This record gives sequence, C-alpha cells and structure tokens, in this order.
Amino acid sequence: VFDRIELHESSGSSSSLTRGARIACGLFSLALSAGLAIAMLVSDKAPPEMAGLVFSEIEKSGVENPVTAVLLNFRSYDTLLEVAVLLIVAVAMLPMTSVVSGQKLVELNREHAVDPALAGLLRWLVPLAAILGGYLLWVGAYAPGGAFQAGAVIAGAGVALKLSGRYRFIWQPPIARLLLCIGLAVFVLTGALCAGATAHVLEYPVEYAGLVILVIELAATVTIASVLLLLFTGLQDKMPSDAARGRTSS
Amino acid sequence: LTQDVIYSVTGMVLFGLGFYGLITLQHILRKMLAVNIMGVGVFMLLLSTANRGDIIDPVPHAMVLTGIVVAVAGTALCLKLAVNISKIDQSGQNVDRQ
Repeated sequence: VFDRIELHESSGSSSSLTRGARIACGLFSLALSAGLAIAMLVSDKAPPEMAGLVFSEIEKSGVENPVTAVLLNFRSYDTLLEVAVLLIVAVAMLPMTSVVSGQKLVELNREHAVDPALAGLLRWLVPLAAILGGYLLWVGAYAPGGAFQAGAVIAGAGVALKLSGRYRFIWQPPIARLLLCIGLAVFVLTGALCAGATAHVLEYPVEYAGLVILVIELAATVTIASVLLLLFTGLQDKMPSDAARGRTSS
Repeated sequence: LTQDVIYSVTGMVLFGLGFYGLITLQHILRKMLAVNIMGVGVFMLLLSTANRGDIIDPVPHAMVLTGIVVAVAGTALCLKLAVNISKIDQSGQNVDRQ
C-alpha cells in the first residue's frame, strides 16, 4: 500500500517511467485514438432505431422533452441507479466529514465578517439560484432542463454560501440524512407503486405519467443538490480522527 | 468534414490523451484529471453519435447527462481519498499538515 503513497509524495511531473516506456505508451495511446476514431467513422451511419422509437412513443411518456422522457420514463431504470450511485458516494463521504453535534443542517456564524460586496451578491444570487432551480425543474418537461440541471444550480447556491465563510453545512442531523436519501426513496416507492397499477416496476400509468415524473424529479433534485453540496463541503472538512487527535494532543 | 466527424475524432483524441496521462503521470491529482479527460472524450463521442440520423437521438443525450453526474461524484470521492492519502507518511503514520 505504501509504495503507492510514495509515488504520490514524489509529486509533480517527475516520472519514474523510462523514456522507452513513455514512448511505447504514447504510441499505444496514439494507436488507441486512431483505431477508435477510424472504427467510429467507418461504422454504420444509419440512424439508430431508438431515436424514432422515442419520438413515436413520446405521447405516452407524460412529458414533451425527449431527453426527459428517456431519463425519467423510457430508461428510468438508469436514472434510478444513478441516484443510487449518488447515495453510495454520499455514504462513502459521510465518515470523512467533520462530526458536529446539533440538529441543524445549516449553521450560521454571525461573528464571521463577510465582505459587503459579497454579502450583497449572495443576497441576490442565492434566492435567484433557488428560483432558477425551480424553473429548470419545471421546464424540463418541455425543453432542456430537469432534475440534474436544477440540482446543480441549487448546489451552486450552497457552495456560494459555504465559500462566504458565514455558513457551514452539517450532514449528521437526521434532516440532512433525509435530504440525501429522499431521491432514491421516492424513486423506488413510486416505481413499486406503479407496478401495482401497470404490473411492471417503473412503468407509469399513461394518464398519470407527467405527475409521477414531476414527483420523482422533485425528490431527485433535492437529493442531487444535497449530495453535490455534501461532496463540496466534505472536501474541506477535516477528518473526524484528525479532530480527535488535535484534541488529545493539545 | 461534418460536425459529427469532428466531434468523434476529437473525442477519441481526448480519450487517447487521457489514457497516456493516466499511465505516465505520477501524481494522483494528475491521474484523476486524466481519467476525467478520458470521460469527456467518451461524452463527446456519445453526443456525436446522437447527431448521425435525420433526427437528434435523445438516448445518448440522456446517457451523457447521467454520466456527468456520476463522473462528478466519483471525482469528488477520489479527491477526498487523495487528501487522506496525503496525510499518511511513508511509515504509515497519520500526519496532520494543516
């Protein structure tokens, strides 16, 4: 394990590879690129049948935007697994974030002085991001937009708050855990409930498809925004073990 | 030279470039950036395949959208692990450099 870390310590561009190995690797990469590019160019140019299938079935999907229809209806299984991946990453990240007691998700430090220009900017930017996130979520049914874009914008607002130094996000309280897993929970639950109506998991009843997609996207937006924010804030947190070490040594 | 040809070739050049970086670069951060460049190459390729028919195929677009979120999440986790690795010195002791 530790020789890998030693590699890390000998940081920078200094390489332990010999010149010959580098050239061989370069040639291999070049051949890889060229081979793949040629394979792409000579491959069958006929349009995939899936595009036609999406557009002929879009009436039944509950939304008008074909990308949203694929993401949340035709291939909703992929999106379900993606939300699961986000939850797994969040669970992996949580033990590495700092442990703070308390029931609040957001902690406000009034003592921290914030540049007046930054404070003014945040006062406009954060509510604007919340509105933009809501708009992106809604417009996803008709035009480019949806849970991912909305979640990213809302997470961006959280990042701005965090960077101001005045707010910190704590992921231990139950409310934070709820935000992190509500997307997957709602997705699985609605998928299972739809099975009762249509006999297939994740197959929505056509007349309610739009509503089902909106409910899932709403929950997914909350989870995507909180997981992205957890990932950003978690990177700056000190490890719980470090904090404990600091206490015992001081 | 049509648009999807430019996108396909650029995507695969990025993939090869990232692969070269992944193998030859030593620093963990550089390796991670290399993996991300490979990913971007694949995304470009997928997007170019969406533009091949008469109508734009939404399926690759949905795949790329999913892929971006997973790539971001994976990168963040990898960064956190890299930070933790950097805190361990050669003898395996946890040293706090803050």
